[in-house]
Amino acid sequence: MWQALSTELRPQGLEIVTVALDIDPDAAYRYIDKAAPDHPSLIDSAHVVDELLGVVNVPNAVWIDEEGVLVRPAEPASPGRNKALDSLLSIDTSTLPPHLADTLLEARKIKLDHESYVVAVRDWVANGAASRYALPPDEVVRRSQPRPLDVSTAAAAFELGQELHRRGHASDAVAWFREAHRLQPDNWTYKRQAWSLVDPLQGPTDAYEGHWAKDIKAIGAENYYPPLDLSPAARD
Amino acid sequence: MILTSLDIDVEALEARTGWSMKPEGACKGDVCVVLAEGVVTGGRVDVPRLAERLRMPLLRDEAHGLWALGPESGGRALSTAKAPDLVLPDRHGRPFALSSLRGRKVLLVAWASW
Repeated sequence: MWQALSTELRPQGLEIVTVALDIDPDAAYRYIDKAAPDHPSLIDSAHVVDELLGVVNVPNAVWIDEEGVLVRPAEPASPGRNKALDSLLSIDTSTLPPHLADTLLEARKIKLDHESYVVAVRDWVANGAASRYALPPDEVVRRSQPRPLDVSTAAAAFELGQELHRRGHASDAVAWFREAHRLQPDNWTYKRQAWSLVDPLQGPTDAYEGHWAKDIKAIGAENYYPPLDLSPAARD
Repeated sequence: MILTSLDIDVEALEARTGWSMKPEGACKGDVCVVLAEGVVTGGRVDVPRLAERLRMPLLRDEAHGLWALGPESGGRALSTAKAPDLVLPDRHGRPFALSSLRGRKVLLVAWASW
């Protein structure tokens, strides 16, 4: 998905690195092998990046400058419109089972700003620290996700869940995943990863009260991604 | 961070959480928190005391003999703009250090198969 942008901007000094948040690496390998990217394509089966950067949904990206300093925090990211996804979303829902039709109708309402994000990336690559989109360190910290104790505890609960799942204790993992969902209900990586381990289509299951179509309806699909905040840093 | 003991090596702690134990205290990026005597001894960290000081949750799974130490709380997800020293495996299991890209701009994208 990111290969075209990587090919375009690598000669100007940008390296795109993708990180798959997948407890089951094989699930990510299938996509990676098909895309055969020439940029680093890494696997984070423990969801370490969620915790360290405050990632709560995918796709999310951060920008890191030449000195290893973050100049944008985790935020919804897009390399442009995804033709495969657009084609999937345009399937005639009358041909689908009710649950899948319901899921697709909600997915169509999701808003992600494909165009503005790429404009911002190109501007940063061209202008570096002088880009209006490159934020100073205190602003990056300020715009990162809030982390009250419940959110930190959700991270610990999710980590126990993924550890138990990977050790082969899938049913014991569920209680910890449920606890993570309770503590941080707006973290879609915790929810969708856990749901997908029971049902790849993330439909209703006995393990979880929530499922994708139900939970997204509860917040309104248009709020699935927060609006991209491309405003410059506040000046004192 | 998954633990099987509440007394852990300082390097293991730093590699996973980004918190390094220095003479001035527990530090991450440009933030340092003073620690009481005995929290760090001989390269080992007393996890419950560190967790309390940094407001990190510590959960226990009795059945499997595991603890999970969550990230510091009370502020933002990022306590510093310094990028974490991530080392993650690539498609072939080879470790890749984000720090190997110093000198270039990096766009790090999290995605998933699900």
